[in-house]
Amino acid sequence: MTAVAPAPAASCGVRAAARIVAAPDGRGGTALPVLHGEGPLVPRRTRAARADTAQVTVVGAMSAPLGGDHLRLDARVLPGARLAVGSAAATVSLPGRDGARARYDVRLAVDEGAELRWLPEPLIAAAGSDLAMTTRVELAEGARLVLREELVLGRAGERPGRLVSRLTVRRGGRALLDQEVALGPGVPGWSGPAVLDRYRAMGQLLIADPWFEEHAPGVVALASDPAEGEAVLTPLAGPAVLVTALGRDALTVRRLLNAGQRAAAPPAG
Amino acid sequence: MTTTTATRAALLVLADGRFPAGGHAHSGGAEAAIAAGRVSDPASLEAFCRGRLGTAGLVAAALAAAAAAGANPLLLDEAADARTPSPALRMTARKLGRQMMRAARACWPSPALDALAAARPRGAHQPVVLGLAAAAAGLGPLDAAHAAAYEAVSGPATAAVRLLSLDPFDATAVLARLAPELDRVAELAVAAAESALDDLDALPAASAPLLEIAAEAHAAWPVRLFAS
Repeated sequence: MTAVAPAPAASCGVRAAARIVAAPDGRGGTALPVLHGEGPLVPRRTRAARADTAQVTVVGAMSAPLGGDHLRLDARVLPGARLAVGSAAATVSLPGRDGARARYDVRLAVDEGAELRWLPEPLIAAAGSDLAMTTRVELAEGARLVLREELVLGRAGERPGRLVSRLTVRRGGRALLDQEVALGPGVPGWSGPAVLDRYRAMGQLLIADPWFEEHAPGVVALASDPAEGEAVLTPLAGPAVLVTALGRDALTVRRLLNAGQRAAAPPAG
Repeated sequence: MTTTTATRAALLVLADGRFPAGGHAHSGGAEAAIAAGRVSDPASLEAFCRGRLGTAGLVAAALAAAAAAGANPLLLDEAADARTPSPALRMTARKLGRQMMRAARACWPSPALDALAAARPRGAHQPVVLGLAAAAAGLGPLDAAHAAAYEAVSGPATAAVRLLSLDPFDATAVLARLAPELDRVAELAVAAAESALDDLDALPAASAPLLEIAAEAHAAWPVRLFAS
């Protein structure tokens, strides 16, 4: 039902991989010994908000992903390094010629004492598109993570595409969060009153930080007016919080996630 | 995997709404959905149940099937936590697990149930306990998956009868219409559970954002008819 089928063999889509490795530069900053991209995925070093952090912006050099494409993005933050990754624009999932599903796999690893801020722009499922996205994160026990995911069903005034996104986060080898959202045509009940109802945009913001072990936050209701959107901040079973937000559009969801981040954020380390 | 005639009656006992495991006090999110005006008639109840079945129901069915198939219940319990971001829903699942444990140990005493009860005195996630109870009753993973999947929709349907004064015939007809999807979810759950014996990440993680958000709001209501 929501299980991700393997990508069809002999697909004619683009296969592209990008890789980022961040390491301390020995002068209090962060270097990028590996910064590699190809095809539609091009990571570039851009100006960072903090001197100790390396900022990377993923630039979509081509329109992607199209049906049949298989994209992969790997990032590793070595002990003590600080990496922030964003994207230049929203990612639009578009239908391919043969109706094949596209895949986008993100693999992130954050080592001891390292920090990753993974804050891409929204992923938009255009009408007729079909994308399976997986994000797997391996956190060391002393790692810090801020990760945002925003999913939008259809461009403005357009029917939704199909989007299955699974986010799996392990900390110290143990499951911290495992969530899959399956939305769009062919998914039973997705637009019903248990899943998205009339909302067409959803977002999640995960903050994992050892700081939460000593400062367990409570639940915060961020919005509950169906006209405005709905969002809640919840503490997970491990030292992490998750903000879940639903809204009519991406702007509403971003506003709710930002509110959640302000409500939860540990002091900057 | 299939139910033999020798154990079929045990499945009826386990899946009976009158099995004293506390399920009657829970609406599976239906009370919050009704208050929000999202569920108001048989059609919207069916849409709610279909969404819950494909998300929380599938996950519960896979956890139950994996437990019945012999996967490590403590790791399954951890996997259930990771799939339940809402603390209110985690607490509900453990409370129901504790009640299921009491009933199951009375009905089908087993060392596996004793061991889990000792390791999780405040309650393990209910589907994990359900799976061990099924195994103790001589049932297989597919039976455990069916019981968990059915519970995912029968709770909301029963609650809707009370909360909306819905015609019980209409509510039960919703369940009957969902029966083929229940079978399909149970089969998916068993396939996932078999893979999960090698790799727990093979367990489904289907989530329903509105159920998670509404559960927290509902838990904060000063007065409510159902505990969840």
